[in-house]
Amino acid sequence: MTGIADGAGAVTATPAAGTPVQPPPPSMGLGISLPAHDAVAKTSGTFPYAADLWAEGLLWAAVLRSPHPHARIVSIDTAQAARMPGVHAVVTHTDVPGDAAHGRRVADRPVFAKDVVRHHGEPIAAVAADHPDTARLAAAAIAVEYEVLDPVTDPEQAFAAEPLHPDGNLVRHIPLSFGDPDVVGEVIVEGLYRIGRQDPAPIGAEAGLAVPRPDGGVEIYTASTDPHADRDLAAACFGLEPERVKVVVTGVPGAMGEREDPGMQLPLGLLALRTGHPVKLAATREESFLGHPHRHPTLLRYRHHADAEGRLVKIEAQILLDAGAYADSSADSLAAAVSFACGPYVVPHAFIEGWAVRTNNPPSGHVRGEGAMQVCAAYEGQMDKLAAKLGIDPAELRLRNAMTTGDLLPTGQTVTCPAPVAELLEAVREAPLPPLPADEPEEEWLLPGGAEGAGDPSAVRRGVGYALGMVHMLGAEGTDEVSTATVKVTGPVATVICAAVETGQGFTTLARQIVQDVLGIEEVHVAPVDTDQPPAGPASRGRHTWVSGGAVERAAKMVRTQLLQPLAHKFGMSTELLTIADGKITSYDGVLSTTVEEALEGKELWATAQCRPHPTEPLDETGQGDAFVGLAYCAVRCVVDVDIEIGAVRVVDMTVAQDVGRVLNPRQLRARIESGITFGIGTALTENLRTSRGVVRHPDLTGYALPTALDVPEIRIVKLVEERDVVAPFGAKAASAIPIVTSPAAVAAAVRAATGRPVNRLPIRPQSAVVNRG
Amino acid sequence: MTLPGSLDEAVAALTAMPAAVPVAGGTDLMAAVNSGLLRPAGLVGLGRISEIRGWRYLDGHALLGAGLTHARMGRPDFAALIPALAAAARAAGPPQIRNAGTLGGNIVSAAPTGDALPVLAALEATVIIAGPEGSRREIPVSHLLAGVEMLHPGELVGFVRVPLLHAPQTFLKATGRTGPGRATASVAVVLDPARRGVRCAVGAVAPMPLRPLEAERWVASLIDWDGERGPLDPQVTTAFGEYVAAACIPDPAPAEDGGEQVTLPPAALHLRRTVAALARRALGRALA
Repeated sequence: MTGIADGAGAVTATPAAGTPVQPPPPSMGLGISLPAHDAVAKTSGTFPYAADLWAEGLLWAAVLRSPHPHARIVSIDTAQAARMPGVHAVVTHTDVPGDAAHGRRVADRPVFAKDVVRHHGEPIAAVAADHPDTARLAAAAIAVEYEVLDPVTDPEQAFAAEPLHPDGNLVRHIPLSFGDPDVVGEVIVEGLYRIGRQDPAPIGAEAGLAVPRPDGGVEIYTASTDPHADRDLAAACFGLEPERVKVVVTGVPGAMGEREDPGMQLPLGLLALRTGHPVKLAATREESFLGHPHRHPTLLRYRHHADAEGRLVKIEAQILLDAGAYADSSADSLAAAVSFACGPYVVPHAFIEGWAVRTNNPPSGHVRGEGAMQVCAAYEGQMDKLAAKLGIDPAELRLRNAMTTGDLLPTGQTVTCPAPVAELLEAVREAPLPPLPADEPEEEWLLPGGAEGAGDPSAVRRGVGYALGMVHMLGAEGTDEVSTATVKVTGPVATVICAAVETGQGFTTLARQIVQDVLGIEEVHVAPVDTDQPPAGPASRGRHTWVSGGAVERAAKMVRTQLLQPLAHKFGMSTELLTIADGKITSYDGVLSTTVEEALEGKELWATAQCRPHPTEPLDETGQGDAFVGLAYCAVRCVVDVDIEIGAVRVVDMTVAQDVGRVLNPRQLRARIESGITFGIGTALTENLRTSRGVVRHPDLTGYALPTALDVPEIRIVKLVEERDVVAPFGAKAASAIPIVTSPAAVAAAVRAATGRPVNRLPIRPQSAVVNRG
Repeated sequence: MTLPGSLDEAVAALTAMPAAVPVAGGTDLMAAVNSGLLRPAGLVGLGRISEIRGWRYLDGHALLGAGLTHARMGRPDFAALIPALAAAARAAGPPQIRNAGTLGGNIVSAAPTGDALPVLAALEATVIIAGPEGSRREIPVSHLLAGVEMLHPGELVGFVRVPLLHAPQTFLKATGRTGPGRATASVAVVLDPARRGVRCAVGAVAPMPLRPLEAERWVASLIDWDGERGPLDPQVTTAFGEYVAAACIPDPAPAEDGGEQVTLPPAALHLRRTVAALARRALGRALA
């Protein structure tokens, strides 16, 4: 302790006479655990989701999907389906009036397959009928004649295969080149890694309601996470001006990326326009698995060069992303994968070649942590391999290479934000390990395989693994990241109007806290979202904490100025000398004291503001460029028990240290980290949507095993590094994606340590965790 | 939808409306109805038939009602009677499923992963089937599962007769996760000291439970039933596990033209290793 600290301690240790008055803990504003306003409704089951919507005289829709992953459509005969009693309309590709194609980045996906189907589950036609069963039966009665084609299911074959799409099979290629290609390290390790197809598996399946408008337009009620983008692509497909299509966001039942499947909203809108009736669709679990985008299955080849002390010299890698049949946001995922291919380490020379290719496999797209998660599993596997080869402790090897502020990414971009990588790793390394259950009675051990499982203590081995991960925040490569928010104050109540969707990430709670902080008003409402509001962009990549939170703060500050200016003028002081707290305005000297309500004099104050972070640039032809606005880091230590005869893995402990910039809501932050780690445990151990020659196998929650409460241990957050990012509003970094990126690699490292097996495939198959004894 | 109060009323209701489907816990049936795979013309609910919701003793056997839920079978009093069936019932899924799903439903849906099935096969249980006009017939559960004998229209599984062996029994199951999940392989081992027999059945690896009869006879001949030779050599339990696994997941037959021997794919080899470990552990625990 320094002398100053000692002195300060002495002052507080000997309080003045009388009892010191502890200020009550703040009940509002940033930094407190304000509960979400919809928490009670959600936990008690009264919160309305899209599947609960109802309109007078509504019809039910059903979508006919392709049973084949690749086929030529010879003919579609809808006559029989259209004649069925109760059927109001049948639509196919011939009924799409506008642009026949849509997509997130490239419009390459037809609303309904026309000549060719390119993946299992691609929409072919849709029916509206007066009963959901009638709609389903009518969809089944549509006669489609297919000429089945050979599917391309191996992404490595996609380069040489016949083009699956007029745009060709290569979605994007990035040959990143950084440094000197001829450098060779003293030690070289190589590895081949495979990442499976994770499904976001939102607990609420897709649903929506489309209502025709008297002006010939349509309103679509759905759990969209990017309402303005969905509106624009819908309007283009319906041949309408964007103003005549309105997307209204309903309660979002879980989102792990782009939530809604446009393949459902578009038929819904078309049917509503065609029939003049409201049309509703609630997807089955099977349709949900087939329709929405998945995490990119990825194949990664790595070669790490290091010196004898374990310092990285050069990394060479090839990364192949399976984009599925359509481009979607695969180009962005590839940019993240290539840019973060070396991990949060100092690497002087890097040669990373990445491709995203089309196949006839299920569609891939934005799932939280995309690109960065796949490469993290691979580069951390390489770090373990290098540590084993050099005989260095895996955590020590990582420390020797840890990146910090001022280092370069292999894209040539300088890391300007806080990058406390070594501090995070030290924190998880120093945390005490969970005790062995040796002192507890044997019957109470929770062994791999569960309480009623086959676990045998003599076959169980414990392993400890470390992983470091990094992810970017906000859209990259020149995306115009902007959000607009309006703040209104009437009497003692403030309202926020912003089209940022609350997906469970906590944006509405954060918006309330921001307004409370700036305006000192406790009662803050956040208006429901629709596309009549100005755009706020997608709810992904931690955008809304940054851009929408920033916009809300600016708008609130503008309202504050409007409120205080007349008072300040009257008393001849600047607005900075006035403070607002608990609905009261006071001046620094206590001369002025009034309430917000009085100061308003019955007026309504409105202000609208935008937040647009500094621009980025696209990666050039050698993968160089300042492509990212901000970066976040995390360290995870995982402890597993493995039954080495059966290959069953149980995660015993997950210890996390995360770079968060600033804690805005501690409870919400904890929930985000726990959710991310849980998702990551699924990625590591069970979640893989299996296909057989392009056909999805077991599209249900029995075949696709999500982690349960028994699969996830208590998650220990040992350190939250609050080093503010000066360019971010409030200095806060997004917290959701980075645990997802890092935790699968940590689980793999722990299984590696327990079994001595390479563990180069995720999810980890039981046969990869088995040790032959003798 | 009818809700008969007795087994004979239920049979009569099914005879009167042959297109109706009987429903007990509905954990498989209602999922199929909800997903549109099944549109039964009518349902005969079996939930109010109290005679099949409990069990009673019958000359050295237990007569288990087909409507016994997994939750009920998992309780300690039942576990004292038929330990392996109780273990299977406890492992059979999350509490919601165990509260609804029944023993009879497990037999009738005959899913390869049905957890009670290998236990019933190892116990050589029989099924008592109720037919029209109060008729009853009894067939081995394995005959029903293998399709040797079938349920006729209008018939219902009424009871399951299980021998009370008064000896250790085990049921072990391997799944993909720590939380409840479907078995990738399961093994039931029951000891029958009166007949000096060991009976074993392997579930989830084939459409019906498999009985490795030779391995059973071999290991039964080595067990010290009279307490004279001491415990079994661990090598014997290991060999038993491998014997069971090789019997249930055999090597492919050698090519007829004498060509290269085909080996099992890695996934099948792993399944065989898993069965071997489960069978070894199950026997080891039964004899411990």
